[in-house]
Amino acid sequence: MAEPAATTTSEAGEALLSVRDLNAYYGESHVLHGIDFDLRKGEVVTLLGRNGAGRTTTLRAMLGLVDRRSGSVKVRGHEIIDLPTHRIAHLGLLGYCPEERGIFASLSVEENLMLPPTLGEGGMSVEEIYRMFPNLEEVRHRTGMRISGGEQQMLAIARILRTGARLLLLDEITEGLAPVIVKTLGRMIGDLKQRGFTIILVEQNFRFASRLADRHYVIEHGKVVDRIDGTDLENSMERLNRYLSV
Amino acid sequence: MDVMMRLILAQGMLGLNNGVFYAMLSLGLAVIFGMLNVVNFAHGALYMLGAFVALILSSYLGPWIGLDALHLGFWPALIIAPIVVGCFGMLIERTMLRWLYKFDPIYGLLLTFGIALVLQGLFSNYFNSAGTPYPAQPESLRGVVHLGFMVFPKYRLFAILFSIVVCFLTWFVIERTRLGATLRAGVENPELVQAFGINVPRMITLTFGFGTGLAGLAGVLAAPIYSVSPLMGANIIIVVFAVVVIGGMGSILGAITAGLALGLIEGMTKVFYAPAANTVIFFLMVIVLLIRPAGLFGRQN
Ligand SMILES: Nc1ncnc2c1ncn2[C@@H]1O[C@H](COP(=O)(O)OP(=O)(O)O)[C@@H](O)[C@H]1O
Ligand SMILES: [Mg+2]
Repeated sequence: MAEPAATTTSEAGEALLSVRDLNAYYGESHVLHGIDFDLRKGEVVTLLGRNGAGRTTTLRAMLGLVDRRSGSVKVRGHEIIDLPTHRIAHLGLLGYCPEERGIFASLSVEENLMLPPTLGEGGMSVEEIYRMFPNLEEVRHRTGMRISGGEQQMLAIARILRTGARLLLLDEITEGLAPVIVKTLGRMIGDLKQRGFTIILVEQNFRFASRLADRHYVIEHGKVVDRIDGTDLENSMERLNRYLSV
Repeated sequence: MDVMMRLILAQGMLGLNNGVFYAMLSLGLAVIFGMLNVVNFAHGALYMLGAFVALILSSYLGPWIGLDALHLGFWPALIIAPIVVGCFGMLIERTMLRWLYKFDPIYGLLLTFGIALVLQGLFSNYFNSAGTPYPAQPESLRGVVHLGFMVFPKYRLFAILFSIVVCFLTWFVIERTRLGATLRAGVENPELVQAFGINVPRMITLTFGFGTGLAGLAGVLAAPIYSVSPLMGANIIIVVFAVVVIGGMGSILGAITAGLALGLIEGMTKVFYAPAANTVIFFLMVIVLLIRPAGLFGRQN
């Protein structure tokens, strides 16, 4: 294997996701210019970068939510780059939490929670979810727009945990939330990691996931420009800050 | 009971009878508009098609296929015609409408308008424009019921009750079940619903099939009451569009309520000022448009 990323894949665990030379376009504008990265089962990885770097587009391109894309995205051995969007979640056991949270205003909290179809076995039961997010149970009959931002974020994550998804794509889940809630979310990610979920966190701020992430990929102008191992984070602080400063 | 009261109740029943057809047709339009953002101008023609399928099943199909004794009556038609019309609708969506979603909604409107004209022309060519009576009204629904204030045809009473049940079930499925939640979510954010693993294009096809199937069902129900004519759809659909505007484009509850209420109001107008009976709905439409442009039940924005 020529790619450096592929060598690490064989080190431990089982390659769950490999993205190669991913290009994506919105209309005429070419947004991703060959993204490469890998995940093994059970890993937590961040995609870091400044606003407009192409992190959200990377997730959307994996899901087929861009106008055009090329390259290769393999999940659990399936090539999904040419598949229609609605088949990707099923084949890849993917759970997507979009940056804008995607809570449906015309649905109640409970309907939002029950909306995503079951993808595979081993999803959390509704009781388990309400145990993990007690707030949601209290507001379950309200419509999706009449709950707080923190509750919306919890709901957006909770509803993909119900489906049996094993690979979670979480886009800026801490954005605009109070520090207490960010802390809760941090604990939750740790909990999910412990339960064996594989997670991609799109973040602007690496501190949120610094103790949990196995690896950080830095994205700039639609390319992965650096890769930092979680254990190496202390030594790479300066480098990272340079990438992310505005 | 005095004469006036009897007259009001009697016209009320007849108005309700028209109202359930308005409700069923505007409900189908609302479902389609809500999900596809298409104003289905072919809706009246599909209603007509439903009535003709019922007529053909009872009078023409047997001779056509060489089985003169074959007459499929009202009850089989009540099931077969909506399915035929719904499948025809899905064919339209799959082969034509689908390609127009990325353009201005006006193109979907023009396409369905064209389809309506083609269907009407086709049936006018082969059937009597003045109308053919539907011969297969079921035996069990012949005769009248004594309502106290009037005698009312049994069949019409059946049509009213049946349509109200269909409308209620449709509302229930859309507003109160998981399937309905998926549909509503698909309207709000189709991309995300797809990303969750739901086949939204197929859902859209089925929704269009359901909405057009409702038109077909209304057509079968109408066949024993009004005569089956190539222009029956064109006549009623203008009123139905006014009903939809009053109820609020895309609002399920608005379509049902406005349909029933306007049927009643039309009936009442016959009592109090008969010359205005045919125009009262349009008059109300103008007032509603001026005061609440998104309709009585529509989201104002
Ligand atoms: N729907 C869109 N249409 C056109 N360009 C877009 C669209 N969404 C994002 N972009 C552009 O793509 C680039 C990457 O955006 P994005 O992936 O959202 O970045 P990030 O999530 O890293 O902040 C930006 O330059 C943005 O302007
Ligand atoms: Mg983003």
